[in-house]
Amino acid sequence: MPFVANSDADRAAMLARIGVGSVEELFGDIPEARRFPKLDLGEPLSELEVSREIETLAAKNLGASTCAWFLGAGAYNHFIPAVVPALASRGEFLTAYTPYQPEVSQGTLQAIFEYQSMAAGLLGMEVVNASHYDGATALAEAVLMAYNNGGGRHRILLSADLHPEYKEVIRTYFAAFDTKIEEYSGAPAQAKLDDTTCCLVAAYPDFTGEIHDLKAAADAAHAAGALFIVHADPIMCAILKSPGELGADIVTAEGQSLGNAMNFGGPFLGMMGVTAKLVRKLPGRIAGEARDHEGRRGFVLTLTAREQHIRREKAVSNICSNQGLVMLQTCIYLAAMGKTGLRTVAELCWNKAHYAASRIAALPGFKVETGNFFKEFTVRTPVPAGPLAEKLSRRGVVPGLPLSRYYPSRDRELLVCVTEMNTKAQIDLLVESLKEAAK
Amino acid sequence: MNLKPELLVYELSSPGRIAVSLPECDVPAAPIPASLARSDLPLPELDELTVVRHFTRLSQKNYSIDTHFYPLGSCTMKYNPKVNEQTASLSGWRNSHPLADEEFAQGSVELIHRLQEALREIGGFEAASLQPAAGAHGELAGVFMIRAWHQSRGDTKRRKMLIPDSAHGTNPASCTMAGLTAVTIPSDAEGGVDLAALRAALDDTVAGIMITNPNTLGLFDPNIEEIARLVHEAGGLVYGDGANMNALTGVFKPGEAGIDVMHFNLHKTFSTPHGGGGPGAGMVGAGSRLKDFLPGPLAVLEGGKYRMSMPSKSIGRMKSFYGNFGVLVRAYTYVRMLGARGLRRLAENAVLNANYLKVLVEGTYPVKYPRRCMHEFVAMGDIAEGVHTLDVAKRLIDYGFHPPTIYFPLIVSEALMIEPTETEDKDTLDEFAEVLLKIAEEAKSHPDLLHAAPTTTPIGRLDEVGAARNPVLCYRG
Repeated sequence: MPFVANSDADRAAMLARIGVGSVEELFGDIPEARRFPKLDLGEPLSELEVSREIETLAAKNLGASTCAWFLGAGAYNHFIPAVVPALASRGEFLTAYTPYQPEVSQGTLQAIFEYQSMAAGLLGMEVVNASHYDGATALAEAVLMAYNNGGGRHRILLSADLHPEYKEVIRTYFAAFDTKIEEYSGAPAQAKLDDTTCCLVAAYPDFTGEIHDLKAAADAAHAAGALFIVHADPIMCAILKSPGELGADIVTAEGQSLGNAMNFGGPFLGMMGVTAKLVRKLPGRIAGEARDHEGRRGFVLTLTAREQHIRREKAVSNICSNQGLVMLQTCIYLAAMGKTGLRTVAELCWNKAHYAASRIAALPGFKVETGNFFKEFTVRTPVPAGPLAEKLSRRGVVPGLPLSRYYPSRDRELLVCVTEMNTKAQIDLLVESLKEAAK
Repeated sequence: MNLKPELLVYELSSPGRIAVSLPECDVPAAPIPASLARSDLPLPELDELTVVRHFTRLSQKNYSIDTHFYPLGSCTMKYNPKVNEQTASLSGWRNSHPLADEEFAQGSVELIHRLQEALREIGGFEAASLQPAAGAHGELAGVFMIRAWHQSRGDTKRRKMLIPDSAHGTNPASCTMAGLTAVTIPSDAEGGVDLAALRAALDDTVAGIMITNPNTLGLFDPNIEEIARLVHEAGGLVYGDGANMNALTGVFKPGEAGIDVMHFNLHKTFSTPHGGGGPGAGMVGAGSRLKDFLPGPLAVLEGGKYRMSMPSKSIGRMKSFYGNFGVLVRAYTYVRMLGARGLRRLAENAVLNANYLKVLVEGTYPVKYPRRCMHEFVAMGDIAEGVHTLDVAKRLIDYGFHPPTIYFPLIVSEALMIEPTETEDKDTLDEFAEVLLKIAEEAKSHPDLLHAAPTTTPIGRLDEVGAARNPVLCYRG
């Protein structure tokens, strides 16, 4: 049997030492009628057989590596340098637990501290935690933090142009609370704030790709006594003003694009940063610097009085894990890219997206609806976007997300994403294919 | 272990260095409006070899399953098969986009469907969702489901959730996040749920109970069906915390014993790596009462095609997209390799190893509830005057073992919670027991060795109080 080390002789010796005649006797507490049920699962497979089976399944997918890929909408096709998986997959990282014993976990702890530091710099925040499950849950927990610390304020203002799945997750998380979740359209600075509003939530850029004026929104939120929460594209933050610089109190981001594959939507990386004054309300793990008795620098999980294993029902969140390995990949990615590399990636995205948008805008019947954008923009199509996308996909050009997937009435809008992965030839092919298909 | 101090990435940085090679821009540059542009990006500048050495050296400062025995109670630190890493890193998965047309993602949806059905069968449930990203996330989903079920019946006054005092901290924390109040139920003299206390607590304000079985003492509560019956009779529902499912695969199906909803930690029982803290994955399975309330979407097979579909009364999405797919591929690989026979063998060895180790050490490290255990047991570490569990744990490090979980569960003083797991061999357990007994002798003859431990690590015990009082949470230059 694979993965079980003891031989039959070992088992016999162990049973004798315990003083029982068979392993079944160890299960005497299980109600007899329910003991050892049949499992309808089939016979064990060998490593060779299971590998073949899974290779066959994986080959049924049409992936970004074999197409001209312009679909983003929350999961992004970016370049991952070889050093990232090579280092993160080391067994000492992969098979370690949460670093509760700091003396034998300095590798993981220092990596968390370095991630926190680099992510804080990128997002412009004073403190970043060791991560959440994904961008959507990070944002939901950010809103929860604002609500729990809002002194009874119960209104939550969400951008109508937040990722639709993020809005759903927030509604799931808030099902039990007596809150009023309202959506505003357009610029966040125009949202109707009042003295019952606990937070104003903006996306940077929003789901359609639009970059709004955040500074004015931050000022308006603060004037009304509300917290300003920004969900940001972290690669964009390499070249555009950080949410922190623009006045955000809490920033969340989806860190998948920083060194992690799309993997059919997970595991992803929920990034969360706050201003220093909110640090003791921040959910999730945090690593901090500490000294041993000889004064040597080390790192520990700190401020644990916020967490469930210490505070139980009084904890600020129930979160127990972080996305350790995904966070580590992002840490290695940020270190490898560094100041110059990450800016270059962001500039490639910016330039290529603007090139694609200008060419698509010149096509008869097509219109680019987004004003200021980074790597993603919305195109109005002369024919329904769903069938258009399907037709192009069959020819190896995945042109973007038809917005009808989430909004059935918006059937002539296509959300196009261009990254450093797209060559000029691919962009030109997209433009030609759109033109052809719309005839 | 690498004992040398390792500088931070910022301290290794030097202006002008770069570790990546990126393509030249092949389109005309578009100007970035000055009003939007950022002036400085505070990231380090490193060359590729420095990055490789830095993270390799950091990795060498960790204990891990691949390098050390890691008997961390309740965490199931068993071997994470290498084949899992290979099957999970296939290009067809890595490049699979969650919003691709389902026709182009049939492989991904089929894999979700197969794993969903296998886990449903293992747990004895009617349906299962792979959406939750971790055990605690699955718990939260389960509590949302219980709440939604009562709401759907117009029963709005059930705001209390009963939780045994041996439960993980995530149970009460999940209740708070779902707007319910956690009420603690004491354990009885045998370490199970105190039935008299349970009966007394049950009324029409109780939403349900959250029960971990085997519990954190490593004990299976033989009254499980009676507990479920009592809670159901009072109008409540039963949540099962599947953190310890590696004692039960092929041994007991919780869904057939009155558990209405339960999560499994795929990173424990189903062998996916812990990754220094995550990512996990937390399937939730449900019986007839709650299956329509599962978080979605789930994978369904219709007319020969796989697609994702939302259950009729779903509590909604718990995260974006479809769960931690990469983790699911690993768990699926494991389930297929073990099959029904292997899954039972897994549980047998988990329980055999724990009972064997318990017999070897319980004469020296007393076990509060001296029953036969399941996959783990809880001993006590105050074995000599002035010596505490923490000292024993730190001394174990000097002998090359990761310490057990300490000071948990809270109902055992000086707890040492030991889970050897099913993948360890007898020799390792013998060696570990020998060291534990040797440490017990040292505790009497040379307690200073325990108090000073560990001395074989890159750093000694850290001043955690000082770290929390004056937090330094990022590099300050």
